[in-house]
Amino acid sequence: MSNPLRDMEKPDVIFCIGTNMTECHPVAATRLKKAIRNGAKMIVADPRRIALTEIADVTLQIRVGSDSALLLAMAHVIHREGLVDEGFMRDRTTEAEAFLAHLAEFTPEWATEITGVDPDLIEEAALLYGRAERGAIYYTLGITEHICGVDNVQGLCNLALMTGNIGREGTGINPMRGQNNIQGAGDVGAIPNNYPGFQSVIDPANQAKFAKAWGREVDLEKGITKVRALEQAGDQIRAMLIDGENTVVTDPDRDHCERALKSLDFLVVCDLFMTETAELADVVFPASGFGETDGTQTNTERRVQRLRRAVPPAGEAKPDWWIVSQLAQRMGFQGFGYTSAKDVFNELCSVSGTYAGLNWDRVEFGEYQWPVPEEGHPGTPRLHEKEFINGRGIFKLIRYRDPAETIDDDFPVWLTTGRRLASYHSRTQTGRSEGIDYLLSEESLEVNPGDLEAWKIEDGGWVKMSSRRGSVRVRVEATNRSPRGTVFSSFSFNDVPVNVLTGSGYDPITDTAELKVCPVRIERD
Amino acid sequence: MSDQTGLTLTLDGASVSFTKGESIFQVAERHGKEIPTLCYDDRLDAFGACRLCIVEVEGARAPVASCTTKAEPGMRVTTRSGALEMHRRVLLELVVSENREVDVDELSGYASQELTTLVDRYDARTGRFEGRISGTSRPDDPNPFILRDYANCISCYRCVRVCAEQEGDYAISIMNRGFDTQITTEFEGHLKESACTFCGQCVQTCPTGALGDIKALRHKAIEKPVEKTRSICPYCGVGCAVDIMTKGDQIVGIQPAMDGPANEGALCVKGQFAFDFVHHPDRLKTPFVRNDHGQLVPTTWEVALDKAAAGLLAAVNEHGRHSLYAVASGRAPNEAGYVMQKFVRAGLGTSYIDNCSRA
Repeated sequence: MSNPLRDMEKPDVIFCIGTNMTECHPVAATRLKKAIRNGAKMIVADPRRIALTEIADVTLQIRVGSDSALLLAMAHVIHREGLVDEGFMRDRTTEAEAFLAHLAEFTPEWATEITGVDPDLIEEAALLYGRAERGAIYYTLGITEHICGVDNVQGLCNLALMTGNIGREGTGINPMRGQNNIQGAGDVGAIPNNYPGFQSVIDPANQAKFAKAWGREVDLEKGITKVRALEQAGDQIRAMLIDGENTVVTDPDRDHCERALKSLDFLVVCDLFMTETAELADVVFPASGFGETDGTQTNTERRVQRLRRAVPPAGEAKPDWWIVSQLAQRMGFQGFGYTSAKDVFNELCSVSGTYAGLNWDRVEFGEYQWPVPEEGHPGTPRLHEKEFINGRGIFKLIRYRDPAETIDDDFPVWLTTGRRLASYHSRTQTGRSEGIDYLLSEESLEVNPGDLEAWKIEDGGWVKMSSRRGSVRVRVEATNRSPRGTVFSSFSFNDVPVNVLTGSGYDPITDTAELKVCPVRIERD
Repeated sequence: MSDQTGLTLTLDGASVSFTKGESIFQVAERHGKEIPTLCYDDRLDAFGACRLCIVEVEGARAPVASCTTKAEPGMRVTTRSGALEMHRRVLLELVVSENREVDVDELSGYASQELTTLVDRYDARTGRFEGRISGTSRPDDPNPFILRDYANCISCYRCVRVCAEQEGDYAISIMNRGFDTQITTEFEGHLKESACTFCGQCVQTCPTGALGDIKALRHKAIEKPVEKTRSICPYCGVGCAVDIMTKGDQIVGIQPAMDGPANEGALCVKGQFAFDFVHHPDRLKTPFVRNDHGQLVPTTWEVALDKAAAGLLAAVNEHGRHSLYAVASGRAPNEAGYVMQKFVRAGLGTSYIDNCSRA
């Protein structure tokens, strides 16, 4: 997030797109509700009538995968109505002229053809955001899990840049990160393109710096993403070490994923449970988890906080860092003689510019948000206040693209996937916590009541749902949350493995899977 | 406190500064006065229902509720006097007379000991008033999370207000008045049928244990002290601070950290109630290796580490250092991710690593 969570109580206009926040980030959503109680207006764009729409002033029920068209049309209206922040565009951005010229063709009427949203509503939303004193954008995977995820994010950046809604209290572009430490996983360099602290691996200066720190020169080229690694499994990729991820269930195209992992010569998995993924491994290590492990994690607002051990680990379970360090030592790798999480964290801080001003003792109370470039620095709750990291904010001339697969006669229904409040991911944890089943005991397929008759299916009945990749059986729940022609299911329940169906395409830049769009066929079962 | 505004009042004989808009209670609390309250939660709008926070203000006809009375320049406030203490004691005696019990287990919730603490402080366990019990409990509600024992309710409305003001769900409402006041939900049904999201905020703010944490209370019988360890919720990326409650080596419950920077006392159903996976029998307790029959069988760390190291090295030796790929977890701590990426970079000189952020 560019802005801190507490800023969520400060905007006068909130724009939520592709974020089912009351279910996926419920505590963050409470802050938006407070802002609304204090008079803020809210625009919600989502294919589904999610709970946020009940408190929204403008609801844009867009067709799945049409976000970028909506964003272009909103920018068009903001420009046409003279609501751009000319001072901000002049002083802080680049490519502004080309961008404004680019917008000419993207009228609300054009966007209506793609999004299915009435042009008047698009105008209304654009005017609301365009006139905001403090406009804030919040998004989640509904924006990024598309073949055009990068375009979508850039579309949002364009809106913020043209209206100057960044770098101030109650504004910003705020992705809500979905996992407790997914922010940290990137921060610490567990990505193919960056060393810790987002230092590029293709920069020779960084290569030299880390060669000095670690005693080994790392390739001056990016690694490959997990998506590509799974594609190359059994071929170039022969062994994998997977920590705390139920890849088989949570990744797209389950059959492909299972085949990939099975084709490896050797698979090592660390986890809390014998997950579907662990069952494919040659060696499984028991990791310690929540309440058992000392460490740090970094939240969606870049806040580094301490995890503390309250009870001994289950059985002989060990912290992940210990397991991997032991492996490294046995493989003859140097520099893995850590004796505590504190050792590891302090080393991380010593090589990461964003954490440079931190150490184990300084994160005791969790008051720092990175970047914390040096000792004594107060941290950076709000990014981009004076300047952007690259100097100027760059407008991107995005265009709308169709999803990788679109509906046709064989697969005439849009499936979109996501989470539900009471379950989390593949339920390895929520499914093993007492009482959760009382709230949510099985998966269902949310179908608009108006579609039941045409599809010859019944509320509460079973259907077979098929895509180009496979089929699942699921029970129907008729609800107005789904629009006509679009159905929803979560990927939490192993007996309804919807990721058998997904995996139609990937964003060309990030390799993020298009999990939010999958044409399917639905038949009574 | 800085005195930039120049506003002062007299508090128990001493001149103190305050800022415009502060209540007398806030000024007094800031200056270390221990004014008793039951309906007060500093996250909520002041309500003035319990009347325990009354103070004397010179010139006022009667004591005023300090939580709902704004501080004014020149006020002369007395927070403690014989009359005030007597008044507070009588109020507590009356409150107690309406409740089935005063002593509830501390596992009930974060604020659950407030009433019993005050009753002891004011020696109000006298039984001087014989009232009937107000509030009807709801043992019929089968939800596994929130105890609804309204026979211990004192109508402070903290649950109603926290649900509306903090959570924004408006699931809890009030029926009837006076002695017949009943905390309820729409249509008097079960919580599951209401707008309740089981975030547990009502449980944690309840000062009497009328609303209790059923999951934590299961461990009432363990005769060990409750200890709290500050950590962070293991679910989404908001990073809510929690206090893990333990008895010995057993996690018995979760309480939100009221001073958690990301959550300021809030949690959701997962963070509040979905913690017992930690002790689930399905937890892996030893390493496993695949045996000659293709089965995963338990083994020792030594065997498993040697086998894993050999297996990974074999791939590297045979197919090169770009044949090994590591996937770090978005669920594990920073230290796990750091060591994983160092494993491929410092160990193999590649960046063949990713995490679960792309799917």
